[in-house]
Order: sequence, then structure tokens, then C-alpha cells
Amino acid sequence: MSQTRTIMIECLRYDPEQDQAPHYRTYEVPFTDEMSVLEGLQYIKDHLDGSLTFRWSCRMAICGSCGCMVNHQPILSCQSFLRDYYPARIRVEPLEHFPIVKDLVIDQSDFLGKLESVTPYLVPAQPLTPEDGPNLQTPRQIEDYLGYAQCINCLLCYAACPQYGLNNAFTGPAALALLARYNADSRDAGQKTRMEVVNAEEGVWGCTLVGLCSEVCPKHVDPARAINRNKINSTQDYFLRFLAPFGRGS
Amino acid sequence: MRTRSHEPIVWSLFGAGGVFAALLGTMLVLIIGILVPMGLGFGPDAMHYDSLRSLFGHPLPALGLAVVISLFLFHGAHRIYHTLHDLGIPASKRMMLACYGSAAAGSGVALLLAGMLVVF
Repeated sequence: MSQTRTIMIECLRYDPEQDQAPHYRTYEVPFTDEMSVLEGLQYIKDHLDGSLTFRWSCRMAICGSCGCMVNHQPILSCQSFLRDYYPARIRVEPLEHFPIVKDLVIDQSDFLGKLESVTPYLVPAQPLTPEDGPNLQTPRQIEDYLGYAQCINCLLCYAACPQYGLNNAFTGPAALALLARYNADSRDAGQKTRMEVVNAEEGVWGCTLVGLCSEVCPKHVDPARAINRNKINSTQDYFLRFLAPFGRGS
Repeated sequence: MRTRSHEPIVWSLFGAGGVFAALLGTMLVLIIGILVPMGLGFGPDAMHYDSLRSLFGHPLPALGLAVVISLFLFHGAHRIYHTLHDLGIPASKRMMLACYGSAAAGSGVALLLAGMLVVF
């Protein structure tokens, strides 16, 4: 068992039904080397203040629930360790650019609407039944989209994206990376339906390639690359539609 | 129904300008800034007015020069436009006109001067 030390965790607290404005409360949390920021928050909830509200589930960077701002950086609290911040105090806040439901819990509705808008599922060219058998892919075909398919919808990229912060009409990094993921899948024929989202001002053109989304992504999805590759597709679509106005979709 | 962005027009000019800036720009800095002044690989007359004047008196090099200058200008205009947006200055028609308008005006002047080099 490693030695126990004490770190100060400063948490943003906000209960819209009671508080006029968000405020901060500081807690003294004993921790050991293997404790994550999430475990620090759980200690607060279990021992110091049961009213502290935050989302979490898997504790192993798979579910994407526990994203928050730690010292103004968007991170997964399960993946960051208290020992790396000690002896400084840490400040934990809800993800930026989203409305607060309570304390560290944000309202994801805006993102969920955007996710839905990119048709984030396979659209087969012809309707298939189980009798058609498995839809096989070569390793190369899998490689085309596998990187983008790692997204866990944790929304760290939205909290990092200054464009989304300036104008949340922007479809945003995760949704556009997932759009690229389905477009790149050999089993999918839905590119045409997604092109309208790509081509819009709030689609790929809302991005100015700041690149923070790719830096903060805990699953190395690289949304900035996905978006900027689709700028090329959108540019081709913009000019080539004049050459072939009928039947060209992607 | 979402409206289609017209940004592909300026983005392709920006992209072309970026490629030229990366490839030609560095080469020009190397030649004009380092190699010629140090007398490496170029004769003493390489940058003299007369030799450059006769080179750009031909239509193709003159047009090439104007096109490169124009793409550099559009590249810069696009960057400035978006950097202002990044800095929180909201994108407006007036700002767009100022950025791309000056690039277009500069391109016009470059083309005019290139024409004059050929004609006179």
C-alpha cells in the first residue's frame, strides 16, 4: 500500500434550483498513488459531501462519461491521477461550452442532436437480411475507418474546440469524425445523405484547423484530420456539381 | 435543409497559395536571401534589373508571377479572416470584403503590372 497524502480539490458547484450562480467548494482529499481524479471525486461524495454530482461508469476510459475540466484542460477524470497534480491543488469544473445540469454534469442534448444529424450508422446500398450472410471486409477496408470508430462520445473535443465555443451551430469534432467513419466504411452507401452536413457552413467549414480536438482526444481519433479531409471532398463536390449536376452526390 | 457554404472557392485559393508559399516561398528566400548574395551557384548578374526585366518581359513568366502573387494574397487574406474569427471578432460581410477584397485588388494590380512588363 502506497503512502497516503492529502490534496485540495476545488470543485465547481451549481444547483440551478437553488444557486444564483456557480461557485467553488474546496475539499481536502486523502489519496494514494493509484487514485484517479474520479476516485478523488468519489471520495468526496462518499465521505465529505454526498450532494456532489458527476457522471461516471466504467473507470477505464471506455464509456466516456467522466469527462470534465481539470485545471482548465478537458480530460477523462478516470484517466488522470491525483499524484500528477500534487502538491498543487486541482480545480475540477464541468466540460466547457455546455450548459450545466448540476455540479459537474453537463447537458449533452446539443451534441446528441448533432450526432443524429450525421446519420451515424451503416446505410446499406440494398436492404440486407440475415440470409444474405456476413458482410465481409478485408483488413485494409477495416483500417480505413477503425481509427475514427474509437470515438466514445466523451465530448472532450467539444470542450476543447474554440470554434464550438464561439458558435455552437458548428457540428463539431466528434460528430464530423463519426461522419467520416461511416463514409469510409466499405459496407456503407450513405455518403450522399451525409454530404449536406459536410457542405454546410456549420459542417466542415466551421472548422479552422486549430487541432485541439485531436490533442485532447483520449482515444486518438484525430477529428481534425477527418474534418479537413472532408474539406477536400466538399470542395470537389462544390465545383464538380457544375460539371455533372445530375447523379453526382459525393 | 442546410445551406451550402461557398467557402470552397476561397479555401481552394487558400490551399493553392499555401502550396506555393511552402514550395516557392522557401525556394525564393533561399535563392534571393542566401544563395545570390553569397554568390553561391548564381552568376553576379542573376538578380540584376536587366536580366529580371528581360525574363518577365515574356508573357508566361509575367503571368506566372502575377498568379503566384495573387495566390499568396488570397492565402494571407483567408488566414487573416479566420484568425480574426478565432480572436472573437465576429465574421461579417464587411470583414470578408476587406480581407478578400484587398486580395482581389492586389491580384488586379499584379496582373496589370505583369501586363505592363510585357507590353512596355
